[in-house]
Amino acid sequence: MATIIEECLEETCSMGAHTLEDYESEMPRWCKGCGDHGVLAALQRVLRKNNIDPENVVSVSGIGCSSRLPHYMNTYGFHGIHGRALPISTGVRLARPELKVIVTMGDGDCFSIGGNHWLHAIRYNIDAVVLVLDNEVYALTKMQVSPTSPEGTKTNTTPKGTYLRPMNPLSIVAGMTNVSFIAQSATWLPSHLDETIEKAWDHKGLSFVRILQRCPVFMPSAFGEGGLNYPVTFLENESGIPVHPGLLKRGPSKPHNHFDLNDAQRVAATVDPAPMGLIYHNPELPTYEEIRAGRCKRPDHETFIKRLDGVLDRFAV
Amino acid sequence: MNGPQIVRLPEHIVEIVSDAGEGAQKAAVSFAQVCAKAGNGLWTVEIIPSEIQPPPHTTGSASGNRIRLAERGNVTNVGNLANVVFAFNEMALLSRLQAESVAPDALFLIDDQWATHDVEAYRKSYREVLEQVRKGGGTVIEVPLEKETQKHVDDTRRGKNMFAVGMLCALYSKELEILREVVRNVFKKKTRKVVDTAVKLATAGYEYGLANFETRFEIPALPTDKSMVAMNGNTALAIGAVAAGFDLCSMYPITPATSASHVLSDIFEDFGGFVHQAEDEIAAIGVALGASYAGKTAITITSGPGMALKTEFQGLAVMTETPLVIVDVQRGGPSTGLPTKIEQGDLLHSLYGTPGDAPKVVMAASTIEECYYILSTARKIAEEFRMLVIVLSDANLATGQQLFVRPDVSKTPRRPPLDLSPVADDALPYDWDPVTGLSQRLIPGQPGGMGVITSLNHDRNGKACYDSERNQRGHQMRSRKLAALQKSLQPPAIHGAEEGDLLLIGWGSTRGTIEEAVDMARAEGSNVSSVNIQFLSPLPPGLKKIFSRFQKVMTVELNYSDDWDDPLINAESRRYGQLAWLLRAATLIDIDCYAKVPGRPLMPVEIYNEIQKHLEEGAKPGKEKTAAQKEGN
Repeated sequence: MATIIEECLEETCSMGAHTLEDYESEMPRWCKGCGDHGVLAALQRVLRKNNIDPENVVSVSGIGCSSRLPHYMNTYGFHGIHGRALPISTGVRLARPELKVIVTMGDGDCFSIGGNHWLHAIRYNIDAVVLVLDNEVYALTKMQVSPTSPEGTKTNTTPKGTYLRPMNPLSIVAGMTNVSFIAQSATWLPSHLDETIEKAWDHKGLSFVRILQRCPVFMPSAFGEGGLNYPVTFLENESGIPVHPGLLKRGPSKPHNHFDLNDAQRVAATVDPAPMGLIYHNPELPTYEEIRAGRCKRPDHETFIKRLDGVLDRFAV
Repeated sequence: MNGPQIVRLPEHIVEIVSDAGEGAQKAAVSFAQVCAKAGNGLWTVEIIPSEIQPPPHTTGSASGNRIRLAERGNVTNVGNLANVVFAFNEMALLSRLQAESVAPDALFLIDDQWATHDVEAYRKSYREVLEQVRKGGGTVIEVPLEKETQKHVDDTRRGKNMFAVGMLCALYSKELEILREVVRNVFKKKTRKVVDTAVKLATAGYEYGLANFETRFEIPALPTDKSMVAMNGNTALAIGAVAAGFDLCSMYPITPATSASHVLSDIFEDFGGFVHQAEDEIAAIGVALGASYAGKTAITITSGPGMALKTEFQGLAVMTETPLVIVDVQRGGPSTGLPTKIEQGDLLHSLYGTPGDAPKVVMAASTIEECYYILSTARKIAEEFRMLVIVLSDANLATGQQLFVRPDVSKTPRRPPLDLSPVADDALPYDWDPVTGLSQRLIPGQPGGMGVITSLNHDRNGKACYDSERNQRGHQMRSRKLAALQKSLQPPAIHGAEEGDLLLIGWGSTRGTIEEAVDMARAEGSNVSSVNIQFLSPLPPGLKKIFSRFQKVMTVELNYSDDWDDPLINAESRRYGQLAWLLRAATLIDIDCYAKVPGRPLMPVEIYNEIQKHLEEGAKPGKEKTAAQKEGN
């Protein structure tokens, strides 16, 4: 671990190093106590730590509370439409693989309206950090049931309580071909969240991170009033997400081999206690942009013209 | 014996039909290529069943092609009734009679195997159909297609078509060497044995024709010193997309648009581009939009139902002012409608199908040649105006083949690398020019340009805002771009005289048909002209002035309008053709329409008859007259 002196040296000696302010935009307009604030701060810290040029980052989102995040980042941002952040991100990555892409989505945004895109983006394994901010409720539209709402949750569209059991997104992702990174963290575990996003940032491929958080207005009871008594187990592995000793107050830790997909699927299927940490990691899988965009080199103008002429030859009469 | 009688003709229409899977499509393509190489102008139209393998020996199984051949270089449409039908069985032949696409006195070639077939039902229907043909005035030539093919191959389903092409080439006095070259080329990806057999069959068919046909046709080619190409509209779109400099095509398979992506998939990587087949239509446009936002040139190609799914993202492209080109190869609708057949039903949907008020550019290709060039224009407009450009094609252009002058690739513009030079720190994502609404496009990677584009209403700096003043401003700025574009357009050219009794207005693939009908009427002294509108949004300038010089104005369209004779229909209840609807609103002129949905291209003669009808009704606008009559009932 770097000493304070080393950190200071790094900051003063590296010319043109970015500061946290470089990634900050307008004041976030989320509710007081919303977990989104923590995710934003964690993301900005990761960019700062990796000294990323803000102009090379594209923050993409759909619609919903969490999807306002691009507005609060001083990077390029594309605040799109409900459920559709992943196709946009795929387009950005395919067009310009040198750009870094961060995707923030809500639980309804990703798992429900964007469900098809979610599954296929995992299959494409585009290189992007995909953060799903899961508060188990539709908040921006003022409290409707979400695919992850616990059974019996009373919302405006389920006044007598939800009829269905909640979806387990981790299990679904762990069942997808080409999945390369699955992690789970929570906003009430800030140091763990920082480490998780950092790990996701370092991964080449689609890093799927589910972040548990409560909505203080419409679902204050989620995760035991914000995680105070929420049952979790920390996944331990020396190449995983560090479990700092302080975390053990929130739950026990257990060893986990995140390189083994079978182990990962078993852990992903566990909901009580919720697994926290790196569930699956395959750093070897090629990304879609490597496979596709990488092999398409635009020829020089003369070659381009020659080839175009060659194509027309096929239709000459 | 005396030699055969040679009949010289200026043009002819030939239809080749078989059961699906028997290769009439390939036969037709080969025949068309032989004719093209011999210097004939041509236009082909696919005849396709809606299933992959419909029950054989039924009218529903008929699959093939219609080929219009002419001595002229430039054939622009499907033509009228067919002169020759080559049918592999009598049900395929019957399907063409039912389609009312064949002249009663046409020449019918048919495989004679059914006359003596084991199945009595076939023998019976063969006799009946032939009798029907002869009664109508047709000439029948029974040819031993199956028997002759059997001499060369075991599976005649995979050989008859080549024998048939040989016969047709003999019938039309084509050169054997050209035929052999074309056949070799058509099968070039197959094994040597397959190629040799195909050439042998075609040659045998040719020799059979020479020895047996008493009458042969000759359509002389008009000499030209220009190099020509023959292809269908989807191929032209695909190659045109490459020439226009597109980097990425994101699509989801849908008939009749898909074959454009097949061609692109085949060639695009050699040009640094590629095709992404997305998980659905929504994702397809989303990926294209993301790529365009990131600075590359992206296109998505689809058809009606796919357009419907893409509308939400279209709104996003408009709101974020991200350049994007969508091609809609229209087919019959609504819903799944007629997947393989032509209609021009998506005009108003393209213009207004997006949530809210979403100004966009809508253009229509009117010929296959134009399919090649239109994407260059569409791309330039999309990028210069930061707009969504919708290009409308249709099933007629998509699958038909046309001969046109080979594009000059040396004129392909050089593509500069992406400009990522830094911009001033106060650069705004929507730095709207107050008059034109135009603004500089900032691209991720450009230092200083960081900011958010959003689907929410926003001000010049891209921040979401909800107040009425800035909402009005945003709409104004997005809309003024259309007016700015319209300033740069020319009034449309008039085919025929500048003034007269009747003006026909069309858009898209009906152009050649309308112009041919106008030429027929003008040759008889009628004062008829026509206009083709390429820009549907914004409309070109000067329309009102042009319309005012004609006694009567009407659109000709392949979409639905109520007939005046329908019950309940009067001037208030009538639904007009879509262009008529648009032009009536834009010009306040009482524009009539001839709009119908036959699921096939219009024939020149149909429009010609309509012209006669309207000229007979007199110089007064027919609608008013008819409406008045109607109210008098």
